[in-house]
Amino acid sequence: MTDIAGILSYLTGFAIMAVIYATFALGLNVHWGYTGLFNIGIAGFFAVGAYTSALLTTATPDPLLFEDFIFGGDLPARLGIFNLGIDLWFFIALLVAGAACGLVALIIGFITLKLREDYLAITTLGIAESIRFIFLNEKWLANGSKGLYRIPKFLGDLVSPQNYDYLYLVVVVVVLVIMYITVERIIKSPWGRVLRAIREDEITTAASGKSVFSFKLQSFMLGAIIMGIGGALYAHNIRFVNPFTFDPLLATFIIWAMLMVGGSGNNRGAILGAFVVWGIWSGTQFLPGFLSDPNFRYVMIGLLIVAANLLRPGGILGEERRVSRPVPPPGAASPET
Amino acid sequence: MAILQQTARRLPQRWTAGYSVLAGLLILLILAFLSVVKLELIVNGLFLGTILALGAIGLSLVYGINKFAHIAHGDFMTLGAYIALFLLGMLFPSIGLEGIGLGPFTFGYPLLLALPITMLVMAAVAIGLDVGIYRRLRSRGVSAVVMAMTSLGVAIALRGLVQVIWGGGTWQYPRLSKPFYQLPMEVRIPPDNLFIGALALVLVIALYLFLTRTKMGKAMRATSDNMELARVSGINTERVIWWTWGLSAALAATAGILLAIFQAQLLPIMGWRFLIPLFAAVILGGIGNPYGALVGALIIGVSAEVSTQWLTPAYKPAIAFLIMIVTLLFRPRGIFGVRE
Repeated sequence: MTDIAGILSYLTGFAIMAVIYATFALGLNVHWGYTGLFNIGIAGFFAVGAYTSALLTTATPDPLLFEDFIFGGDLPARLGIFNLGIDLWFFIALLVAGAACGLVALIIGFITLKLREDYLAITTLGIAESIRFIFLNEKWLANGSKGLYRIPKFLGDLVSPQNYDYLYLVVVVVVLVIMYITVERIIKSPWGRVLRAIREDEITTAASGKSVFSFKLQSFMLGAIIMGIGGALYAHNIRFVNPFTFDPLLATFIIWAMLMVGGSGNNRGAILGAFVVWGIWSGTQFLPGFLSDPNFRYVMIGLLIVAANLLRPGGILGEERRVSRPVPPPGAASPET
Repeated sequence: MAILQQTARRLPQRWTAGYSVLAGLLILLILAFLSVVKLELIVNGLFLGTILALGAIGLSLVYGINKFAHIAHGDFMTLGAYIALFLLGMLFPSIGLEGIGLGPFTFGYPLLLALPITMLVMAAVAIGLDVGIYRRLRSRGVSAVVMAMTSLGVAIALRGLVQVIWGGGTWQYPRLSKPFYQLPMEVRIPPDNLFIGALALVLVIALYLFLTRTKMGKAMRATSDNMELARVSGINTERVIWWTWGLSAALAATAGILLAIFQAQLLPIMGWRFLIPLFAAVILGGIGNPYGALVGALIIGVSAEVSTQWLTPAYKPAIAFLIMIVTLLFRPRGIFGVRE
């Protein structure tokens, strides 16, 4: 009996992380899959989202606990009567985390999106590393290498701690579904069509009178906002963040492997890829011998990216042939009626 | 006529860029004599810059010919350093080739043997990767960004491989500690740095001669300028690409070994950490311009070291990034680039 409970709780923890990764893959899909923006600094947005949410919601720092940082928003306590029993602070934290990432994306995008496309890659990489350095070295900001803990749980009073994961799984799935529907709608709109046009041929798109820079910037911000929300979801799941959480492997590269394996340019592919790659990543630890060596898994993530590009550029699902709804020819009956 | 006009417009700008670099160095030296900046930091920065230059020149060549950002370049450095570790720590001792403390240096004569072997092995690795991966993508005509992403995958896999074989901890080449040279104005130089500087200088001069005097070097520059034109002129561009990979990987391997000597340790992440400074140097010097990369690397090296006078050393890597951002904002084609 305890075995089944243990397996169930393991699977729930697995699913929560897979869903959180799926939100990142969704954000990356907006960048890469639909607009062709090569962002290899996901870890930076991950960190900004997670830290923003954590700083907003943790209690005021306690000097007795050797906490040197100066700002702890303590939102759950401050909102007090406005909570209405549904932990309103959680939604505020998610939105602010997304907004913070959007702002970071606005600044980076403004500098690099007008230049050669590969400059974006190097800049995002540099930003991600710099953000990590800042959080590591500026102790007043977020407690340096000791990181932030005591991050509150959303609806933590509702269920007992050992059953909390089941509740949080529902929460992250709901957030993922909302983001999935939003991105699908946005991408199918004329705005999303311009993004795909930019990905295919920038010059032709510019010649059709679209401001390529402005559309790229908006897409970059949209993807970053999604990643920021994903970061916040992560912070309230693990409830502990420090600069080492945002190591490029587990915060950038694995997400790239997820998108490339699942199918870039396809939101369902992004979500599927997150589950597949996280499944492989988590599953290999039970394998015998060198196969369970974490370093071997490192090689595997790299090979997955290379293999996807080489053998199956569309990933498992591939891009949907036609994302936009066709305009019925004049006089013909609409297919839906 | 048009070419003449172009050159006339180009020259003064190149000169101003060169002069401003010299002026910057001069100002730093004056500040050093006024004891505002420690001279030792400038000297150290120059040595770090020469190591950086070996990586950056190779990266710039690959960037110029293949037209994509080769993200695995830092991990080429790492792999090179570790291959030399295998030679020095395992293979050579097993056949009786041992020795440390050659002359004033910490390492022994086996290192002089390991260097060319590692360069050849890394050149073979790079050409092998091109045959196995990049050439296929090239023939499919994929975009530069997909190539760059593939090289990201290669970078991750290479570093993982290093960690699988040698573990995540630190290593050292067999070494014997030696006293530093004490120079006036509190400048202390580890003797190894003289070797590093001398070897880098020799390699840079050799590369310059190769690019300007040999047929393959000229073909390389032609291909970098315009691949289509080079191909219709009868240049075998595939061979040029292989030479470029081989050369830049050999240079990266040397940079990795020298970095391991400079830091007196090897870490799986050492090359990856160098990636941003490498790209900063390449962009500062103008993509595809090996001489620009050399100057860019020296500037980055010196600025990173000198910054520690005022900032905590933890921010050293961020300095290179900051310089890169400023370059992208104001001179996206590099300090030697021509404005469009």
